[in-house]
Amino acid sequence: MRPGNIYIYIAVMATVTYLIRALPLTLIRKEIKSPYIRSFLHFVPYATLSAMTFPAILYSARVPSAGIGALLTALVLAYKGKSLLTVAIGACIAVYIIEAVAV
Amino acid sequence: MSRFNDFRLGFKDGAPIGFGYLTVSFAFGILASQKGLSIFQAVLMSATNLTSAGQFAALDIIHSNLSYYELALTQFILNLRYFLMSCALSQKLDPETNLKHRLTASFGITDEIFAINASKPGKVSAYYTYGAMSIAIPGWTLGTFLGAFSDNLMSESLKSALGVAIFGMFIAILIPPAKQDKSILAVVLSAAFLAWLFKEAPLLSQISSGFGIIIITIVVSAAAAYLSTKTNSRERREHATG
Repeated sequence: MRPGNIYIYIAVMATVTYLIRALPLTLIRKEIKSPYIRSFLHFVPYATLSAMTFPAILYSARVPSAGIGALLTALVLAYKGKSLLTVAIGACIAVYIIEAVAV
Repeated sequence: MSRFNDFRLGFKDGAPIGFGYLTVSFAFGILASQKGLSIFQAVLMSATNLTSAGQFAALDIIHSNLSYYELALTQFILNLRYFLMSCALSQKLDPETNLKHRLTASFGITDEIFAINASKPGKVSAYYTYGAMSIAIPGWTLGTFLGAFSDNLMSESLKSALGVAIFGMFIAILIPPAKQDKSILAVVLSAAFLAWLFKEAPLLSQISSGFGIIIITIVVSAAAAYLSTKTNSRERREHATG
């Protein structure tokens, strides 16, 4: 790797990423009236988070059974209304235990 | 509510995010060090970018010495979802918020910080986001530092277990609203199904996962918005005539 370039790489990616984040929030100052667009934006986070989680969680551990275990544990804890931290740690523990048996 | 209270609430809601970030960025730090970045460079990248998928992808691009243009394009595609989130947040943020605060809060738009903002009823203050940022950003950079620093000190089983933390957190954000609202449940299930299709189906699996997530988000949200606004306006019409 050519020395020095790495800082330009980091600056390029930081600039692109920041502009993507900042432009809508600074430019859209009025309330959007269209019920369609409002409804669209309402669903965006759920669609994104779901697409990022499934099926990725199944492949995130070293064995598929641990991924399935993490998914089921998280689903049950979340369904019971546990906090973000409890659900996250619960999924970690499930993977740790299943891998201890299976790997 | 006062600025301090908003900040404190954001900090409290941000704590599990900071923990989740610590584990994910730990993995990033390890990989960054394996791909030839110094500890300082890895931490600098985390502190200035604050984005998981983008940073993981960047490691490969930098390692292969590809052009700045290719790096910029990849970041643009992988992080385009922040554009949608920023649009949504523009409607959620207190309308009185001035430009300086908008520019500062923008830096904190990540999947998770956006998610906790979205889950709050009513308008939110920029100070709420600052509270979350003030624990999430240290978590992300500290985890990177620890990962790059310790590289191979940690056992494989511990790394593997910590790797699912972020997904557990996403599930904790998704399930409660999906339980209460059938349209959100439908959105979650269809997005999950499409994501599985994009992972497994021939041709579709050629699409990068970041771009796949954007396509899925747009298609599913557009369909859900179409169906729900249609139903709402029909209900209104029936109300008016009946």
